Order: sequence, then C-alpha cells, then structure tokens
Amino acid sequence: MSKFITILEGLDRRWIFLAMAISVAGPILIIGITGKTLPETPTPAARAVYSEIEKLPVGTPVLIAFDFDPASGGELTPMATSLVHQCAARGLRMVFIALWPLGPQLIDETIRRVILADYPNLKEGIDYVNVGFQSGNEAVMKVMLTDFAKAFPITKNGTAVGDVVALKGIQRASDFPLLVEVCAGYPGAKEWIQYVISSSGGKIKMVTGCTGVQTPQLYPYYPVQLNGMLGAIKGAAEYESLVNSSLAPKDSSAAIPAKYLEAQRRMGPQLGAHLLMVGLIILGNIAFFAQRKSKVRATS
Amino acid sequence: MKRLVPMWIAIVAGFVMLLSAFFPITESLGETMGDVFNVVAAIAFILGAGSLAKVNLAKISQRDQGWGYAAITLICFAITLAVGLGKFGVPPSAQFPALGWSGEKDAEGSIFGWIYEYALVPITSTMFALLAFYVASAAFRAFRAKNLEAILLLSTAFIVLLGRTFAGVVLTGWLPDWASGLRLENLSVYIMQVFNTAGNRAIIIGIALGVTATSLRILLGVDRSWMGSGD
Repeated sequence: MSKFITILEGLDRRWIFLAMAISVAGPILIIGITGKTLPETPTPAARAVYSEIEKLPVGTPVLIAFDFDPASGGELTPMATSLVHQCAARGLRMVFIALWPLGPQLIDETIRRVILADYPNLKEGIDYVNVGFQSGNEAVMKVMLTDFAKAFPITKNGTAVGDVVALKGIQRASDFPLLVEVCAGYPGAKEWIQYVISSSGGKIKMVTGCTGVQTPQLYPYYPVQLNGMLGAIKGAAEYESLVNSSLAPKDSSAAIPAKYLEAQRRMGPQLGAHLLMVGLIILGNIAFFAQRKSKVRATS
Repeated sequence: MKRLVPMWIAIVAGFVMLLSAFFPITESLGETMGDVFNVVAAIAFILGAGSLAKVNLAKISQRDQGWGYAAITLICFAITLAVGLGKFGVPPSAQFPALGWSGEKDAEGSIFGWIYEYALVPITSTMFALLAFYVASAAFRAFRAKNLEAILLLSTAFIVLLGRTFAGVVLTGWLPDWASGLRLENLSVYIMQVFNTAGNRAIIIGIALGVTATSLRILLGVDRSWMGSGD
C-alpha cells in the first residue's frame, strides 16, 4: 500500500496526459466503429429551445447570431448545425449575423453543411442570408434596436440589405420574433440579453447555445430573459436527439447522417474524460490523506 | 489638454447614451453615438495591429526570451493580412464574373480561405483541446478534501461531472420515480438552477452596482484612471 501511495505522490503528469488521451480516444474509436451513440434524455432547457423554434409559423424571420470562433467549434458547431437544421426544416427565414470576426466563415460552413446539402430548394437571399460580421459589440446591438440596416448596411457578399428579400419587413431587431444565439464569450448571450432582449420589452424571444464555461453564468437568465438554453456539448446532444427524432424520415431504416449526430457522438469522449477526472480526484485524495496520516505519525 | 479632451468626450458620450435610454427625444443622438462607436471600434483593429507589431518588433530587436515566436507571429500576421487584402486566389463572384477581385476574400479556393481552414481552425481547436489534459492534471494535484468547504466543492463537482454524462444514468437510473430528484442527472440540473443561479445572481447584482458606481465616477470626471497614468 505504501508503495502505491509513493507512486501516486510522485506521479509524472505525462502519465495523466496519457490516461486522458486513452479515455478520450477509446470512446471516439468505439463510437466511430460501431456508429452507436449513448441515449439522451432532454432537459427542460433543451426542450424549450426546440419548442420555441417549432412553434414559429413557416416563413417567420429568425435572427441567428454566430458569436464564436473555431476554438469553440468542438462544443458549438454541433448545436449550430442542429439549430440551422431545425430552422431549415421548419421553413423559417434565416438571417445570419456575427459579432465575432470569424463568425461569417462558420456561418458559411454551416450553410454549406446543412442548407446547401439537404435543403437545396432554399434560396440564398430569399430563404436565408449571411449578413456577416460587424465590429462594435454592444454598440451594434444598440443600433440594431432602432435600425437594422444601419448596423448591417450590406450582406457578406456585398448586397445592400434593403435589396435582400429575406430581410423584407425588417426595420429593427424587434421585428424578429426569435433570436437564436450561439456564443462562446464576449460579446455573447449575456450582452444580447442586457442590450436587446431587456430593451425590446418582451417583443423578442431568445434561445441560446453556449459553452460549458458560460452555462453557469447564463442560468440566472433562464427561463425569463432566456427562453431556452443549450449548455455545452451535453445540451447540444439533448437538443440534437430531439431534432433528429422529430425529423427522422418515415422510413426508419434510413441512417441519420453523421453530421447530425456529432454532439451525441462527442458524449462518449466526454464520459471517458469525466470518469477519469473523478478517478484522478479520488486517487489524489487517497495520496493526500495517506501523506497527512504519515506526517501525524512522524510528529507524534 | 491631453487628458481633458478624452475626458470630455467620455462625459458627453456617456451622458448622451444614458439620456437616450430614458428620453425618446434623445434616441437619435444615442444612435449617432452608436455609429461613432462602430467607426472607432473598426479603427481599433488598426490600432491593435500596430500594437501587435510594436510589441513583437521590440521583442525581436532586444532578443528577449522567445523572440523567435514573436518573429513567427509577425510573419504569419503579415502573410494573412497580405492574402486577405490582396484577395489572392479569390474566384470572381457570380454577380461580376469578369472582375477577378469581386469574390469574397474567404471564398472556397482562396488562399485566405485555405489559411482559415487548414491553419487557424486546427491550431485554435488544438489549443482548446489541450485544456482537458491540464485540467485533469490540476484536478489530481489540487482538488483536496482539506476542509468542509472543499468537501462540498468536491461533492458538487462529482455530481455535476457524473450527472452530465451517461454515467449518471447508469449509477442512479434505478432509483424509483418518487426519488427521481436524487438521480445524478436531475441533481446536476438542480445544482445549476438553484445553487448556481443564487450565487451567480448575487455576483451579477454586485457587479451591476459596481459598474453603476464606476460609470458615475467616470461620467462626473472623478475617475480618470481609464486614461492610463502616462502623460
């Protein structure tokens, strides 16, 4: 036993890194080979995101903000994919914007992956539009409240927003009944709540998908200012399972494309990593108490 | 003069924004101020580039520790800026097929798009993924049940860590419906919605009060620390 404790006390951190690599890579390989994912039970916050989108009538304009960059893509891309998937399937008018400089590229990727691949009947500029990035953070939000075209004068491909059919009837932010925000930090959901949702007097509803770090900070706003919330990859997996089950083809033998299973697939590595963390904390404490006991013995 | 002008700009802009939130008649003034802010924010990108160059060039010229990284930063910055502004490899847009530069800078096939896809995305994702390894190492060395507070923290961490995965379902899924609140996945949601929300709301209210006090000090010209100490 004492030898085990000695090993624990002097454990090189590279062994921990190796253990983490195995516990993450193992589930990735298993899920990749078998194609099976872990079952998910959606929480009320994830269900609320789904129902807020689902209850909008066909053709309703929806403002979708991609306020993140590729660094958080592992956590946020799967939920962005599912959100666009549901909006496209529902026939909503999607207006994409970004307050992060790398947001427009992520929007383009999602449009390519979901809309162009699976909804070729939807037309750019009519059913969806990528308005692109605007610098200014909260100031852009404030301007959007009174004049959308002033905040975003042209779309990403250079068309004046006044000439875009998808933006017909949109004067200000409150003309969008729903804001879908995918964010990784500042500016993000918190700023949208403070500057747009609170000022709109309840005209705009908002749902968000955010990183694990942000989730605890956004819980105080749910369910009043935030109507639904997807917290980290767990929230994404819950929402993804809801969207997939509602959009499943009538022919149940048809497989769901891998791009619509990304969040659920990532719950496997998350399980491995979390179990390892719990194990490491327990082992660390065993070493700590053994060391403390031996110190007490030595002094007495 | 150097401090007086910025101070008055801040005071006037601050009061205009404040009044525009309460009086509809001043709303257009607030909008104008928002436009001004957007222009200044765009200029800040140039300032940021200048600052990046200044800091890294100083490191290189003084041969500071890690000056090689500073050189790599500047080279990558210059290449990305050049290919972005020059729109190298950008295919013409569908609207203006005769004009070579009419396409988007990050269009498929452009060098800028290539840098984004094959350099930026993998590098930033890797940086983020490395966190898992360091967090695991830190958890092993730092998470100790030294006192009651630490024990509470550890217990909460265990519930949330397990409750956010399928492990929670496996470990406590057998509990009957009347005790479903004790299932790890439900406990985890309860902790986030009740304890976490209570703590966070207290912090948010505290911050809001602090921001209000600091903003008032700036608006009244009492606090000038935001201008820096240099003359």
